[in-house]
Amino acid sequence: MSATDLEQAGMDDVDRRQAGLPPVARLATLTLALTVAGGIVMASNYGHSPSLMLPTALAIAGTVVLVVNVILLSRIKGFAWDTFFRVFGWALLAYLVIAGILEFVFAFDHTPAKELGLFSAMLALFAVDVPLLLAFSVARYQPAPSAG
Amino acid sequence: MTSVSFDAGTAPPQVGERPPPVPAFSIVPVRGLPIVAALLIGLIVAIASNNLWALTFFHVGGGALWTSIDLFLGLIIGPILGRLSVPARIEFTVRFMPKMILIMPTLVAMTLGAGFQLARHVGNLDAAYPHHGWLVASYVIVGVMAVIALGLLEPANLAVLFELKKPRPNGERIGRLMKIFVYTAGITGVMQIATIVIMTFLASR
Repeated sequence: MSATDLEQAGMDDVDRRQAGLPPVARLATLTLALTVAGGIVMASNYGHSPSLMLPTALAIAGTVVLVVNVILLSRIKGFAWDTFFRVFGWALLAYLVIAGILEFVFAFDHTPAKELGLFSAMLALFAVDVPLLLAFSVARYQPAPSAG
Repeated sequence: MTSVSFDAGTAPPQVGERPPPVPAFSIVPVRGLPIVAALLIGLIVAIASNNLWALTFFHVGGGALWTSIDLFLGLIIGPILGRLSVPARIEFTVRFMPKMILIMPTLVAMTLGAGFQLARHVGNLDAAYPHHGWLVASYVIVGVMAVIALGLLEPANLAVLFELKKPRPNGERIGRLMKIFVYTAGITGVMQIATIVIMTFLASR
């Protein structure tokens, strides 16, 4: 597609920059899916003493994907970091409140220590991953500082 | 939540054209925050007191509003808005979407937080519960809905609001983002019906 074609299709510099961005949104969604899957496995065995191997593996996989995602994100040049951190900060606050309420429920119910630890790790993943996804989704469409 | 779509099939405003006027708006309606705080405090009190009525109130009330809002907007308001002019849709979007940023996460937290505690309180969480399989099915449905809503729908919602805050919003981009929004809201709307079927089945046992 030529520049003229892109402009006629309503695309601007911000759209043209999208192809060069790493798959942050997809990886964040993958982390979210792994975390939710781990939560479902644990909730479906709640009150038992099941093997924690599968939910632990899912939580570790989610953490690895999140770390890779943060590395990829940090290497982006010419990104609207002001917008990113503004959205990330507020979203983090909101999702920490939500995760805090869920943590309170598990702690209040005297969830066994190992399961509570795993639930807490998953909630922490959730509370960081979703704000990262929201902040990236907004900042990717904002003009980069160098673009004026 | 499909209601605020810019019809993705309609030709968007071209770059260079004068963009439609966008009314001033706040992405997060600050005046609604005390109401959200009051509801969340009420939820925590309900969980801490293990009061059956309070837990049922938050779970059923929150769940009914969550599903009703999704279905009503997706099936009734959405198609109506799709036929409105672009300026009318923009005006609705900037007044409506910020409110949804507060309303939906609050309803979801109320429904899931109280629901988990309620199920534990009445013994439904136990694997020995005769309809445990149905409960697990509801976890899976809610889990998939959460991934779709948080992974696709909510980011598109926020991105649209920030785009509309620009001096010259890109209509084509808004159209693309709203297409994601419409499709994902449609999928979650259908899944809401499955949740209603399971929950009413379990409540009637």
